[in-house]
Amino acid sequence: MSIILTEEEAKALLKKVLSYSKADECEANILGETRGNIRYARNEVSTSGALTNQNLSVQSAFGKKVGVATIDEFDDASLEKVVRRSEELAQLAPENPEYMGVLAPQTYTKVNGFFDSTANINPATRADAVAKSLALVKAQKLIGAGFLEDQQGYNAMMNSKGLFAYYKSANVNFSLTVRTEDGTGSGYVIKGYSDVNKLDTAAATKIAIQKSIGSKGAKALEPGKYTVILEPTAAAVLLENLYFDMDARSADEGRSFFSKAGGKSKIGDKIVDERVTIFSDPSNPELPSSPWSGEGLPQEKLAWIDKGVVKNLSYSRYWASQKGVKPIPYPSNMIMLGGTASLDEMIKSTQRGILVTKLWYIRSVDPQTLLLTGLTRDGTFYIENGKIKHPIKNFRFNESPVIMLNNLEMLGKPERVVSTESNINYLVPPMKIREFTFSSLSDAV
Amino acid sequence: MTGMGMGAIMLPNIPVMGRPVAAEALLDGGLDVAVKKRLADAALNTAKAKGATYTDVRIGRYLNQFVVTREDKVQSITNTESYGVGVRVIADGCWGFAAIVDAKSEADMARAAEQAVAIAKANAKLMAQPVQLVPQKGFGEVSWKAPIKKNAFEVPIKEKVDLLLGVNDAALKNGANYVNSVLFFVNEQKYFASSDGSYIDQDIHRVWPIFNVTAIDPKTGKFENRQALSAPTGMGYEYLQTNPSDKLTGITTRYNKGYDMLEDVTAAAKQAKEKLTAKSVEAGKYDLILDPSHLWLTIHESVGHPLELDRVLGYEANFAGTSFATLDKWQSKNFNYGSKLVNLFADKTQVGSLGAVGWDDEGVKTKRWDLVKEGTLVNYQAIRDQVHILGETESHGCCYADSWSSVQFQRMANVSLAPGKTPLSVDDMIKDVKKGIYIIGDGSFSIDQQRYNFQFGGQLFYEIKDGKIVGMLKDVAYQSNTQEFWNSCVQICDERDYRLGGSFFDGKGQPPQSSAVSHGSSTTRFSGVNVINTARKI
Repeated sequence: MSIILTEEEAKALLKKVLSYSKADECEANILGETRGNIRYARNEVSTSGALTNQNLSVQSAFGKKVGVATIDEFDDASLEKVVRRSEELAQLAPENPEYMGVLAPQTYTKVNGFFDSTANINPATRADAVAKSLALVKAQKLIGAGFLEDQQGYNAMMNSKGLFAYYKSANVNFSLTVRTEDGTGSGYVIKGYSDVNKLDTAAATKIAIQKSIGSKGAKALEPGKYTVILEPTAAAVLLENLYFDMDARSADEGRSFFSKAGGKSKIGDKIVDERVTIFSDPSNPELPSSPWSGEGLPQEKLAWIDKGVVKNLSYSRYWASQKGVKPIPYPSNMIMLGGTASLDEMIKSTQRGILVTKLWYIRSVDPQTLLLTGLTRDGTFYIENGKIKHPIKNFRFNESPVIMLNNLEMLGKPERVVSTESNINYLVPPMKIREFTFSSLSDAV
Repeated sequence: MTGMGMGAIMLPNIPVMGRPVAAEALLDGGLDVAVKKRLADAALNTAKAKGATYTDVRIGRYLNQFVVTREDKVQSITNTESYGVGVRVIADGCWGFAAIVDAKSEADMARAAEQAVAIAKANAKLMAQPVQLVPQKGFGEVSWKAPIKKNAFEVPIKEKVDLLLGVNDAALKNGANYVNSVLFFVNEQKYFASSDGSYIDQDIHRVWPIFNVTAIDPKTGKFENRQALSAPTGMGYEYLQTNPSDKLTGITTRYNKGYDMLEDVTAAAKQAKEKLTAKSVEAGKYDLILDPSHLWLTIHESVGHPLELDRVLGYEANFAGTSFATLDKWQSKNFNYGSKLVNLFADKTQVGSLGAVGWDDEGVKTKRWDLVKEGTLVNYQAIRDQVHILGETESHGCCYADSWSSVQFQRMANVSLAPGKTPLSVDDMIKDVKKGIYIIGDGSFSIDQQRYNFQFGGQLFYEIKDGKIVGMLKDVAYQSNTQEFWNSCVQICDERDYRLGGSFFDGKGQPPQSSAVSHGSSTTRFSGVNVINTARKI
């Protein structure tokens, strides 16, 4: 049997697994994947690798006593063994008061996240993609360091109430840093796609080359509050810290940004500019993602922030039952709506500001305000009278994405980007923000 | 950088690090050494036959146990096991690597070896220079075991659960609104074989007890956290069984080779409440007195990372970054990394440290070496394919892979600040400070990609005025530049105060890998450091 099972093969295998169950409830999750990567630096390949992985996880429950066991082999004896082992573990486990039982069958949106093109990548195509990129870098006498990684796989689940879910996907990410030989210029690009046919490593490489050359000879600007234009790659790493915090339980408990005095959450409150709308949608063709969560809850199109107002926070099934609301799984993708402005229009409309193309080493400073710190990297530019004047030295910032989205000036068209911090793909627009706080200068290039 | 912080492992759903197994499986020793040798030989022979000029094989079994609780509930008890094989080769002058889960037959081993050679050959056309390894003698069949006193996997789950629920109870009784606590245990069983003639069997153990307490002021809606002052260590369960000589008393108790979780959480609950009404710091220049539970992270980011040779050369340019500590600075033999008091060293042998092993993941015997001597940059951290650039003929022995499925590369050794040579206690150090802040525990952290500009927070901040601690502060973070900071080092306590801190999750590489590393220091004073106020109104 191949590592990547079809929907019918996965269904048949999971049915067999459940047929061995003697527990009150049983749930089985299966995955199979292949991954490959190639890494290069100093204009030559450095490391590369391939990984094959498959796993079956079985959860058995007797009342609220739950046990989980997993196995990598799928012959009949192994399947029965893993079910028995999960049952033994469940009998030994303490009661879990938050165990909610398995879900009844659900209906899921159809999502196509799998592309043969991506699944067919092999060591030779990886090497060719990198060779195209390196030829351009070398022709300009620059130094390239990059990474291309691809993955194809499926997840499926079935439980003793008859729920079945299956999702197959593929993804490729490509990133590249181009530095000048004297180390005074550095440019970056990162692209993520489900369909590798959309990946043009040569076009991407040209972006990094342009930023590398353009960032040479950076001048120091005084730290302080500036109008900034954040390219989507820079905006994503700030926004995702807001996304990660959207949990109802920690908000209700009083220990997150989404908490309010008196034990309430900010659901229903306007927290950012009314042009900000953030939603999840697994069937978005630009950013397909799993239509179901790990325990089988459907992922539906859902607004999290609508016109600046908090509409939803995620509720685990346990917390939803405590609060008498519908459970909402943490989303499988996040999309921020944009506007119509092009990056050029944003620059043209800026009298004095800074173009930020990438941010780096983002860490939480204060969870109460979502204050973050980090630095600009790989191409930061000063804008004056609607034109890019010159590259500037990197800054450290201390800023909250909430304050930032309150100081919104303009939004551009959303693009698929890869977070340079979490590696998660998002749809994010470029944005112009006033009074963004830079607190010190960095000598780093 | 330390990728996944304490916050991430506080989540009830621990990121998957392997497959869950029964607790008893964690005590089984895995495959017999003779079987591992037979499997390894199958890969070595196939790779050679396919044209590899060098091959190493790692057969890895990685065991983890997490006990996760909050308040009066056990949220999860997870035992995981991950077993597989990684084969690395040089063919046509280029590295190739392939990994296979659950490989237990000679056919599996041959398949991994073939795949690794095929990848090396496909990529060889992208090489300008063939890989150049410094020679390494084979050690034959040898073994190393971490010198632990009590294997944490032998301690019954009930004892661990009782400890954590007791900790949580103490937190709630002392004013915390919420408490999460976790015990995290690791055992790496690693077998390494290479075409140089080494067959090395190693057994490594780590423990990390942690908690986070939260205190809330319902009227204002404000909350404050205080995390554990424990350190992750390369010890067994004995780390959780303290004796009085492991404790340092003072404004709050700090711990050395044994950790009293119950005592620390009791203090933490009171301190989290105290933070709610503590004075917000006034931004400006302060003398900082940094406890080893805090300073380890500053050492990690501003010394450990910039002195990794692969970063200096540009191999990490696309992710973790490069380094300000360029080769010309080292070659000048007079680059002032810090003041004359500053001696920083790398060590893969320190007992009880996270990085301690007998041999690294390319079969090199581990050792200690100097990085900064009396303030001057003298060396880097380098492995077999790069150390020749430093004119050395032997690897430093700091190569590591976080799993059988990841390719090994240069990782940070334990990098530590040597204690002061003249007797000095923390109390004596404080007496001398006019305007300062005493920082205990690590908090927020961020540094640029060449390791110049950094910003660090902490867990506890105490204001020092005219030689005395006058009260607690909050909203504190300091910003500095690596060279300026280490040159502002004016006093280091003596070896009686020397302690290790560290992380399980130093992140580097693409795809990213985690490495566990310790950093030792005594309490140290830095003069005139820029402190900012991090409070914001929304």
